[in-house]
Order: sequence, then structure tokens, then C-alpha cells
Amino acid sequence: MSNKLNHSMSLANPDANGISTKQKIALAIGFTGLFILVLALFNTDLPNQGIFLTVSLGMITIGTILYANDAYLTKHEGIKNDQVWFKSISSRGIIGWLTGVGLTTFYIVLYFYADLLGLGTNGEANTGLVALFDPLSRLLSGNPASQWFVYGTLYTIAILAFGYKFILKYRHNRYQQIRTVSVMFFQLGFAFLIPEFMARLNSESFKLPYYDLKNVWPLNYYNFEQYRVNEFISAGNIGLVLLIFGIASIFIITPILTYKFGKRWYCSWVCGCGGLAETAGDPFRQLSSKKLSAWKLERWLIHTVLVFVVVMTTAVVHSYLGDDSSKYWLTKKSFLISVASFLTFVFAGVMIFKRKELAKDAQYGAIGYFIILAVLMGIHFFSGDGKIFIFKAETLRSSYGFAIGAIFSGVVGTGFYPILGNRVWCRFGCPMAAILGFQQRLFSKFRITTNGGQCISCGNCSTYCEMGIDVRAYAQKGENIVRSSCVGCGICSAVCPRGVLKLENDKLDGRINSKEILLGNDVDLMEYVNKK
Amino acid sequence: MQHIVIIGNGISGVTAARHIRKMSDKRITIISAETDYFFSRTALMYIYMGHMKFEHTQPYENWFWEKNKIELKNGFVSKVNHKANELVFSDGETMNYDKLIIAVGSKPNKFGWPGQDLEGVMGMYHKQDLENLEKHAPDNEVCKHAVVVGGGLIGIELVEMLHSRDIPVTFLVREESFWNAVLPAGESGMINRHIKTHHIDLRLGVNLKEIISDENGKAKGVVVQETGEIIDCDVVGLTPGVSPNVDFLKDSGIELGRGVKVNRFLETNISNIYAIGDCAEQHEAIGNRRPIEAVWYTGRMMGETVAQTICGNKTEYKPGHWFNSAKFMDIEYQTYGWVFGQPKEYEQQFHWIHQDDTKCITISYHKDTKEFLGINTFGIRMKHEVFDRWLNEKRDVDFVIEHLPEANFDPEFYKTHEKEILSAYKKSQLQTV
Repeated sequence: MSNKLNHSMSLANPDANGISTKQKIALAIGFTGLFILVLALFNTDLPNQGIFLTVSLGMITIGTILYANDAYLTKHEGIKNDQVWFKSISSRGIIGWLTGVGLTTFYIVLYFYADLLGLGTNGEANTGLVALFDPLSRLLSGNPASQWFVYGTLYTIAILAFGYKFILKYRHNRYQQIRTVSVMFFQLGFAFLIPEFMARLNSESFKLPYYDLKNVWPLNYYNFEQYRVNEFISAGNIGLVLLIFGIASIFIITPILTYKFGKRWYCSWVCGCGGLAETAGDPFRQLSSKKLSAWKLERWLIHTVLVFVVVMTTAVVHSYLGDDSSKYWLTKKSFLISVASFLTFVFAGVMIFKRKELAKDAQYGAIGYFIILAVLMGIHFFSGDGKIFIFKAETLRSSYGFAIGAIFSGVVGTGFYPILGNRVWCRFGCPMAAILGFQQRLFSKFRITTNGGQCISCGNCSTYCEMGIDVRAYAQKGENIVRSSCVGCGICSAVCPRGVLKLENDKLDGRINSKEILLGNDVDLMEYVNKK
Repeated sequence: MQHIVIIGNGISGVTAARHIRKMSDKRITIISAETDYFFSRTALMYIYMGHMKFEHTQPYENWFWEKNKIELKNGFVSKVNHKANELVFSDGETMNYDKLIIAVGSKPNKFGWPGQDLEGVMGMYHKQDLENLEKHAPDNEVCKHAVVVGGGLIGIELVEMLHSRDIPVTFLVREESFWNAVLPAGESGMINRHIKTHHIDLRLGVNLKEIISDENGKAKGVVVQETGEIIDCDVVGLTPGVSPNVDFLKDSGIELGRGVKVNRFLETNISNIYAIGDCAEQHEAIGNRRPIEAVWYTGRMMGETVAQTICGNKTEYKPGHWFNSAKFMDIEYQTYGWVFGQPKEYEQQFHWIHQDDTKCITISYHKDTKEFLGINTFGIRMKHEVFDRWLNEKRDVDFVIEHLPEANFDPEFYKTHEKEILSAYKKSQLQTV
């Protein structure tokens, strides 16, 4: 038995088990669909783009569906992880690496060289791949396609087709099925169709910004930029409602739902990034690192991004507000004061009520808080000419957009699925996950309950945790899992062979239950040791 | 500084080491010849099935041991010289101890079958067994057919493992129904049917006569005792249970039965030597338990207990209510309290089975007092803590069945079956009255 990863360099048949004839046919259909896209990409002159686009997307979808049917419907209901670590695609073999390189290239082109995809610049008509999507875009919004429309369509197809596959894979598990239907619904409706239809309402006198309603700041870090806020406000009541909804999402809706259900209501039920990770990304979940060192890195990175986005957004909003309160009630000064007060309110509340639960992390929280406050004061005293210190607010925004929005969430976050696992962005970078996680850790009813002394330390839960949580470390101590990063996907519970784990929303008492001796041993000894 | 030496790096020995470290700064050494680091033996099957790699079965990262000052020694202890407080390794090296914990686990049983030592014949217990299986059954080209002998938990795991690589398997079970020494008939029957739905060639009530060799000393088939039938195969899995791995202690002066004899404090007849886990044998069985318990959970509990004694808080081994779990292909099994395969004379059992034939429960109660004695549950997860409490409170069977929803531990949105169970129970009571 080799402990090494599959480093077979054979492209013909690197997997331990061959795939069935039906699966080969399904793959051929799917890849033919993809090939049409490649043809378009290289500017092959495809007549009647509408038909070719339909055929292409249809074949990709049907190929995936046929493949999934043969892979899962021919077998018993149950856990389907046989051969996962032998397959090249799912164990960083040659196919895994090639997929990673391919995806990464695609993202680099998408973000930085959209003209290569055929995006028409300076009013020219689209060509190539983007042009292929024109008919669909015209049908939905009335406008020609952009690279983002191409991306959005493919993204949605991926979530729908692989969502179907995931539902079959877990057809014994209703939690998984319902959750997957939910992400499919939010992607198709909220992320894809509604914004396109909203664009249809736009006219010369009325314009709404492109708005995916389920995308909450700071995930959509650009929501409060000047042009968007202007558009919201000038769009009258509808715009104002949307703007208020955006703010309420942050301060009211999100905290309530996270208190009741944990951050899973968003991360693995609604979010589009999570949606892709849970469907198309599912075959890669076991690749996340479970090392303690990875956890340490995760906490530094994700909170650094959070500090960055708070400062950046504050600076951007600050830059377009005025100084005169008689013109508009919200001025530069009052805005900074309200941000500082809100942060102080949260910080003081946590320090007073939750200090014990945070233990050493409290120090780091304090450091982060004081850095932000110092920066806010800096903004107040040292800004002028639209500059903050030496940077322009706009520079700050575009650096964030480049480093975090494009490189981290797109190129690394999705491109590296086959190398680092399917939640790289969610785990190491997403500032929204940081906020929800902070709340989940401290103010939520959600936890993963451990079933007494039943754990056998097998490691399936940890292996298949996409967030790299060492679930077993808790389960084998009989301790509930209360971790800020947990997105509540429920796979640890599903793969547990002994029925040890359950995702629950329950009372706050006993949510965190540290134990030394597990249920099943001498009662006196358990009490003696566990209370020490 | 006192030196505590533990032979065996399984769950028992490692639990003892961890707890001793928590309570003291004694020098601790763990010895193993099997692997450098602790791994979960129960997870070996998942490595062959491709669910995990070996490193995933290791509950602690490799730096853990040094950080916690637990020394690891790779070596095979061939002799214990208790008069000199000394261990002798197979290479002649020696090591001294102040206190010794024997936690050497089990070895697979072999019943003297002709051909049991041929190439291609193996148990499924050690990491080396897994390596051997990988060599002889990497796929269904090299291993066109496999035979597994022995109808217990390891046997069915080995069947599932081979099945995961599409290797056709014949499963020879001595009993008339799978694991029926432990499981009541209704459950055992359901598992028989489940095994067959996976297209496993399950043969009940048959014994192995001998294993036939090819010209190279490799197994090429087995002969069935009852019918004389020859079944061709490339791999034979022998899984007729395990027994304590204590051969190296013969003539050591440490009292042996089938295992290392210990009292309730897990002490052997030698004052500074203890034995825990699979290899320990109680002088007298505790309650309904067997004198030797080869179970993950009891190994862990003995480790927790002996650590207290070694650190000066002399503690009796007092396991609480019996519990256990397993998984039979796709069907999970949990048990709390006692449900016997052959009901005791005082025992009444209520059995419910779901129409899909993958879920069932058996509740055992005292036929006179109606006191709840235990439950087996298949395909429905239930809470350990709740049944432990109900057993402590000596609840009666009516209470337990009415409150069954409280004990449910299935994932959210799962269909529940408690109503159906309750009405089936009520119906059964009407018939018996």
C-alpha cells in the first residue's frame, strides 16, 4: 500500500477502476459541448450562434446528467467515496493538475484579458466566445453579452448540472439534497436571472446598478461605491429600497439568521461561491489541509482581508461624502464617527461578555480593532485632495479589487480547486465568512453535536471537511464542534460510519462542552476528571 | 523521574499516555513494531477503499508526540524481564521501566486449517495485512475472485473492501445467519439480505475445510467442509475473530489466561505491570461483559482508567452501560445496553423493521418488570447520552418507546420513524396480552 499520492503520468487510464462505457459516452457528450465553446473561442465562424450555444450548453448538461446517473443510480444509496484517493482528478494526480492549470488560465484571461474571449471594445461588436453568448444575453437583458455574462452562464450551468450530480450522490441524505436545491435556486434566480431582468428595466431616465440581491457586503465589496450609490439614489424609491436592503442585510438580516442557524444559512445554502464549491467543487473537498499550521494561516489571512475591506470601504465612502452637514446629513466626519462607534460597540460587547470564550484570540481581536481605529483617525486627520495618507481611496479600492476580488477569490479560489480543495477562498479569504464566522463562534445556536463516546477516530470527518477543520480532534474527545469556519455543509455527519455527528441549532447552554473522559466510562471518574 | 513504558501504540496505550501526560511529567515511552505513529485501526478498511490515505487515519500530527514529550520507540519486544524491570527487544536491545503498561492488542485467530499460511491468505488486522492485501488484490484482474471466511465484524469489512474494487467475493459464514451469536434473528436476517443485494455470494452454515495451493505455494482455492465444493480464488481472507497477542509473555512470570490476567485496577500479578485493551483479561467478567473485550471503546476506557492509577489516584475499571457500533456495508448499527442474539430467559424483545429492509430496531426489556434493558438500532442514529440516562433511571419499555423521538440523532430533515415504531409496539402489546 502506498501512502503517496497517485503520481501516475498515464493519461490514458490513470484511475484504479476504469469507467463504464456509459460514463465514457457521457463524458464524450460533455466534452463535445465544451469543444464547441473552444471552437468559438478561437473565432471559428459558427453560423446561427443561438443554436450552437444551445447545443453546447445542452450537451455539457446532458453529459453531466448521464454520467451522474450511471455513477450513482446503478448503486445502493450510501456514501460514495470509493477510489477517491486513487483517481487522478481527485488526488492531485496529473489530471488534477491539468484541470487546475486550465481553470487558473481561464480565470486570468477572464479577469485581465477579456478581449481574448472576444469582448468587443470601444463599441465594437463581440466576437469569439462572447459573441456566442450574445443571443442568450439579448433574450434576457436585451443587451449584448459581456465576459461576465459568459462567466455567469457557465457558472450557473456548473452549479445546476453538478448540483444534480451531488443530489444523486447523496440521495439517502435529505439535508444534502435540500441544501443543494437551495444553492441551485439562488444561483439561477438571484445571481443569474433577476439581475438580467433588472437590467431590462433600465432606460435613459432610469438605471439600477447590477445587483445580485443575495450578495452581501463585504462579499460584494463594491456595493457602496459612489457610482452605485448615485444610481440607487437617482432610481427613486426602488433604488432606495435596494440600498436600504443592502445595509439591512449587513446589520439586521445576516445577524438574525446566523444567530438562529449558524453561518451555514449563507455559506452552504445561499452563497454563489459556496454553491460552486459544494457542487462542481465537491470532488475536491478532501484536498483541504487539516494541519494546525494551515488553521493558523487561515485565521491571519481571513482577518487581514476583513480589516482591509473595512478600511477600504470606509475610505471609499469617506472620499465621496461632503463636509457640510447642512447639504447632506451624512458628512465625512459623522460617517467616520459612526463607523468607529459601531466597531467600538461590537468590540466592547465581545470583550465584556465573551472574553473567556475567546481566550488568546481576544488579543488578536484587540490588535485588529485598534489598527482599524488608528486608520480611521488617520483618514480624518491626514486626508485631503481625495487622498488618504499617500493613497487615493480609489487606489485602495482598485488594489482590493485586484488582489482580493480577482486574484484571491477567482484565480486562486476557484482555479486551485483541484490542488488546495474547493473552499480556498471561503476559508482563507472571504471577509463575509470572517464576519459570519465570528458571529457563529460567539453568538449562535448552531453547533455540531458529538454523540457521547461513539467516535472511533477513523478520520473520515476530518478528511472530507472542505474547510480543513480537524473534526475528529473534537469528536474523539466527545466535544461539540463550534468553529467559526464551519460552513455547515453536513458532510462530516454524512460520512461518519458510526453516527457520531449531527448539525443542530439548539440551546446556548452546553454548546461548548470540553471533556477529558467520554461517556461510557465510570461515572465518578468522568465527573472527577471533567470538572478538574 | 519515573519512566512509564507502554507496549503498543493503539487506542488503549495512546489514551493511557495522553492522560498520564496531562496529570504528570513522568517520562513516557510508547513502543510499537507496527507503525511509527498511532493510527485508527478501525479505519484501515477505508485506506484500501480509497476513502482515505494512511496519514488521514492518524489522529494526531507527527509533531504532537514530541511536543507532549511522549517518546516513541519502534521495536518489537520479545521478552519482559520483570525482576530486573527490563524489556528485551528482538534485536537484543534492552530498555528499563519503572511501570509497564501492556497494551499489545490482538492477533487474528487461525484454527489450524490446512493451507492457512499460504501466500494470498491473510487476516485483516494489522497495517501489514493491508499491505499484503494491496499486493494480492490490487484490482479484479490480479484477483479474479476472493473468499472471506468468518462471519464477524472484520469479515464483513473485508468483504466490503474487496467489493469496492469490483472483486467478486464469496463469504463463508459458519453460523446459520450472519453474526447471530450477537444479533437477534430479525436483524441478522436483514443484514444477510443486505449483503446479498450487493451481489456478495453469501454462504451461510458452512465451514472451511482447507485452502488449496498452486505449484508456487500460493492459494488458488478453498474447499467447503459440508459440500466438498472447491471455490477458485486468488485471495483468502481469514477473519474468525481475534485473540490477545500475548505469546511473547509466555514464561515471563506474568499471569496469563487467554490474555494477561488483570484485577479490577488493571494490575497484573506483578505489582508495577498493568495490562489494558484487547490483551487484558479480567479475572471475573464485569456484568454481562466478556472477560476479554476486544472493542475500541473499552480499550480507550481502560487507558483513561489506568492513567489515574499510575498517577496516584487508584481507580477501579468500572465501565458504564455497554455500547458499541459498527457499519455493515451501507447500514449503520449502534447498540446501547444489552440485547442478546439468543434472548435470556428473563428477556423480552420488541422488533420493528422498516419496509425498505434497511432499517430496524430491537428493544430488549425484562418480561416481568418491563424494565428497559437495551436497544439495537440499524439505519437510524440514536443518542448515546439519552439511552445512558434512561438505563441509569431504569425506565420501563413503554416510556422508552414513547420518548424515542428524544433519542433520535439522524441528520436534519430525515424522515422519522418513531410514530410507526410506537404503533407497531402498541399492536404487539395487544397481541401478547
